[in-house]
Amino acid sequence: MRILNLLKVAYRSLNRNKLRSFLTMLGIIIGVASVIAMLAIGEGSNQNIKASVASLGTNTIMVYPGNSAMGGVSQGAASNKTIKVEDVNAIKVNCDLIKFVSPVDQKRVQVIFGSQNWNTMILGVTNDYLSIRSLTISKGNTFTTADDQVAAKVCLIGITVVFNLFGDENFNPVGEIIRINSIPVKIIGVLTKMGQNTFGQDQDDIIIAPFSTVQRRMMSSSIYVNSILASGKSEAQVVDAVDEITNLLRNKHKIAPSDDVDFTVRTQSEISNIFGAISKVMTILLACIASISLLVGGIGIMNIMLVSVTERTREIGIRMAIGAKGRDVLTQFMIESIVLSFVGGLIGIILGVTVSELVAKFGGWPVVISLTSILMSFIFSAAIGLFFGWYPARKAAALNPIDALRYE
Amino acid sequence: MTTPENLITVKNLTKTYKTGDVEMHALSSVSLEISKGEFVAIMGASGSGKSTFMNIIGCLDSPTSGEYLMEGKDVLNRSKNELAELRNTKLGFVFQSFNLLPRTSALENVELPLLYNSKVGTKNRTDKALEALKSVGLGDRVDAMPNQLSGGQQQRVAIARALVNDPLIIMADEPTGNLDSKTSYEIMEIFQKLNDKGITVVMVTHEPDIAQFAKSNIVFKDGKIIANHLVAERKNATNELKNIATMTDEKSTT
Repeated sequence: MRILNLLKVAYRSLNRNKLRSFLTMLGIIIGVASVIAMLAIGEGSNQNIKASVASLGTNTIMVYPGNSAMGGVSQGAASNKTIKVEDVNAIKVNCDLIKFVSPVDQKRVQVIFGSQNWNTMILGVTNDYLSIRSLTISKGNTFTTADDQVAAKVCLIGITVVFNLFGDENFNPVGEIIRINSIPVKIIGVLTKMGQNTFGQDQDDIIIAPFSTVQRRMMSSSIYVNSILASGKSEAQVVDAVDEITNLLRNKHKIAPSDDVDFTVRTQSEISNIFGAISKVMTILLACIASISLLVGGIGIMNIMLVSVTERTREIGIRMAIGAKGRDVLTQFMIESIVLSFVGGLIGIILGVTVSELVAKFGGWPVVISLTSILMSFIFSAAIGLFFGWYPARKAAALNPIDALRYE
Repeated sequence: MTTPENLITVKNLTKTYKTGDVEMHALSSVSLEISKGEFVAIMGASGSGKSTFMNIIGCLDSPTSGEYLMEGKDVLNRSKNELAELRNTKLGFVFQSFNLLPRTSALENVELPLLYNSKVGTKNRTDKALEALKSVGLGDRVDAMPNQLSGGQQQRVAIARALVNDPLIIMADEPTGNLDSKTSYEIMEIFQKLNDKGITVVMVTHEPDIAQFAKSNIVFKDGKIIANHLVAERKNATNELKNIATMTDEKSTT
């Protein structure tokens, strides 16, 4: 019997039970659609994280104080002050692979202008910091080396701070004097808007001042710094640059080769990899949940096909009496379940892509629909049709004509 | 005239059903020959083995032991697929309960055996099915669903389905069991016409008056043939139908 005839037989039989066929397909439709949508959302957030981490500069290197243990009790990461101002200068002088380096002191401060006040973060850095983070000034100017040397009371402020102190994002505050922890400081520039980073942190809620200003006027210590931010000359040499800094600081801190260092050197790509890994885990988790619904859809197909075999035993008997071979009955039932999962898979793809686009449009969530996920879920659904359709089909084909005919 | 060719030859056909330890002989050592062009009515009480015999010669069931030749060739040693092909091309079945596929039009029901016959092309298929439906007088109801048809019409669709592959034999299992006498006569008229064209008809029935339309009667009892005789006064369905018509006419005029 030609396959075309069997397709016709299967089509007619599915067409006779439209509602049942549709409900059976629903499992596959939802399964495929959710696999595609989940993977698209997961992959979208993954790429988004990577992009925003990369925007911080992939050749950025951070040095944090290490954890310390007092009498065997660990104080946790960065609990100790171990990095000194002179370490920064040493890196600047000795490390050939480092292009920019800046000490970073940070502190939460209360800022007052007129009747408005705002709590924000102040960073004490050198001009190099702006280069490393690729920060630019939208209004006014940045501070000079001279400002740093004399601990001038000047600062650059972010848009969020401008909005909260002056009530308008577009207000030009250059030249205004604000009080930071009661110290009057003159605004000399406004940072270009950066928006939120991937983790929802507002990057414009910030004040940047010369390092010495912050260190001498606002911090308790004049020897230690919170951390160091540096950037390598090239992305390829970041790893070597990290070694260079590590060796230098080891020497300076007089740490024996057998001892653990009292500082931590991190690169941006490490952080990027960590978040990438987290996002990947999330994506896999989502895909697992979606696959379960796909599997349940497949069992739904098997269930319906089994019921259908029992319910149509008499029909199978009639078909056999008028000349259908076991093979024909097997093929018919297989085609029916394959068509169900195939059409279900196609509708699922359309639905999944639509849902992803809707999420992108109305949820503001980045989605990346990958061809792999479409192909994979489609092949998976077709395979489910084959796998779960085979057993009932086999059962139908093995029936004895006379038993099938007598079945009530 | 040459002796009629033997279409079906069965020797010592036995069928035993086992229920637990009890053995039940549905057929015990039945031997019979049916020649081409015959019209045989198989009669007997229920449980006499007539249906089992029918199912075996219709290749739907297999005997416990015995021999079965069709056109001189052995049937019982054939594979399941070969038997399916045999049923498809050489046999046509008509059942008591019609056994049409539900929610499938008359035409599609009749097309069904052709779908399983790889020798018939797509275009030919509809033509042949239409022709078969016309030959049973249902040329105007081709798109009707089984539930829109009367019992007699459904049985005629079933006959058309049995005819569509030009079979050698029509096997009818109580074809008139669910029909009133007038409709039964109409079905018999179709069978007699088919038989006149040379198609062998084997029919199981328990109604003696229906058996009178056949050329010969075989009576089963307890799994054995107890009688095999020609019908002495064979009834002609066309005439009987005319009689019924005149009878009803007389009734309505008086």
